[in-house]
Amino acid sequence: MRWFENNTDKVVDLLLSHVWLSVVPIVLGFVIAVPIGWYANRHPRVRGVLLTMAGVLYTVPSLALFLILPSIIGTGFLDPLNVVVALTMYAVAIMARSASDAFGSVSPGVLDAATAAGFAPAGRAFQVELPLAGPVLVAGLRVVAVSTVSLVSVGALTGVNNLGSLFTEGYRTDNDAEILVGVIGIVALALVFDGLIVLAGRLLLPWSRSSRSTTRSPVSPIMSFAQHLRGGRV
Amino acid sequence: MSVVNDTVDWFADSSHWSGDDGVPHRLVQHLGYTSLTVLIAAAIAIPIGLWIGHTGRLRGLAVVSSGALRALPTLGVLTYASLFTGIGIKAAIFTLVLLAIPPLLAGAYAGLESVDRQTIDAARAVGMTEWQILTKVEVPLALPLIIGGVRSATLQVVATATVAAYVPGPGGLGRYLIDGLALSDYPRVVAGSVVVIVLALALDGMFVLLQRLALRNRPAAVRTTA
Repeated sequence: MRWFENNTDKVVDLLLSHVWLSVVPIVLGFVIAVPIGWYANRHPRVRGVLLTMAGVLYTVPSLALFLILPSIIGTGFLDPLNVVVALTMYAVAIMARSASDAFGSVSPGVLDAATAAGFAPAGRAFQVELPLAGPVLVAGLRVVAVSTVSLVSVGALTGVNNLGSLFTEGYRTDNDAEILVGVIGIVALALVFDGLIVLAGRLLLPWSRSSRSTTRSPVSPIMSFAQHLRGGRV
Repeated sequence: MSVVNDTVDWFADSSHWSGDDGVPHRLVQHLGYTSLTVLIAAAIAIPIGLWIGHTGRLRGLAVVSSGALRALPTLGVLTYASLFTGIGIKAAIFTLVLLAIPPLLAGAYAGLESVDRQTIDAARAVGMTEWQILTKVEVPLALPLIIGGVRSATLQVVATATVAAYVPGPGGLGRYLIDGLALSDYPRVVAGSVVVIVLALALDGMFVLLQRLALRNRPAAVRTTA
């Protein structure tokens, strides 16, 4: 790891761009997908169409999406915006399904009770549905975070600097230590994001700690993935 | 939108449809890598997934290790492995197999876990051996989810095989993207991306049909126990 000691500044710079390139799509994806999921959950026909579109979008390979976006949105081929837009699209695709499932998990009886207690529709959505959908939303966000952090590295192939640049440079200069630093950095960053989301979930949704699988260590992303498979079979 | 016109021209050029760098040859290569990889990964992951799902043993280990595998950046594993295997497709195949394992494993054990316990108990009660329970009850009922795992693995491999062209050696459709970028030949890059996307969507559509077939043909056991 002498290479790391001599190149700490460079790694930190790349780490910071990696953080930006991941945080923007994760946050934007969440903010865009939650209302879509909420709407889809109330309109079964819209839900089918939206989830099919999300599934199709998620099928598009990342490198191909990075490179086809310039022709559609008019950016340059090496513009970091391509990576941000593409990863936001993937984040919306994953998160819209999770959000729809999350709002679907709220008991209709509770919603009726909220209406009876005098909540206006908007108040009910924000003060009752959103918090109750929280645990499932958190589980979905964790999947989005881990996959986004890992996908950013593919952007290095299109000249967008991030920890993935250590792979391309390390390969060119025959430096396995450099590649290893990149791999460890990306996995560590994914774990940190995952931990932060779990922590935020516990602080914002204190009641969900006792509930089932949603807030358990790094185990639940794969469980959500299994649910994703199950949901995606029709 | 000159890039779009140039891309259309690229497709219209007959020299791009023949020879070693032609679309048909690259497409066949890409499908070849994909099927070879998914077959190897399935031979490893599906038996293990079925064993875990059937016995319930080592489940935690499988969940954690496949979760960790999913967090690994593909390009990093590919370049790292390439430094040790040298030029050639060995590193690419190794990386692709590694990436195809988690979804296959998850599909197999999540599929078996989704089978109603009462159905399995009933099968045991009528005297079926464990092997019969696995092959005649659990696998047929879990088939749509197992195919779902193969579907995710295949799409993952199609995408990653494109990235794998970064390392000299592997052919496949990724060559158009990587070589086109290196030469600033953007029509080639966009045309290659279009072919990759069409291939992925076509394969996904095929798996949707397979899953529907599996769902329609599965035994009615679920209904009789409910």
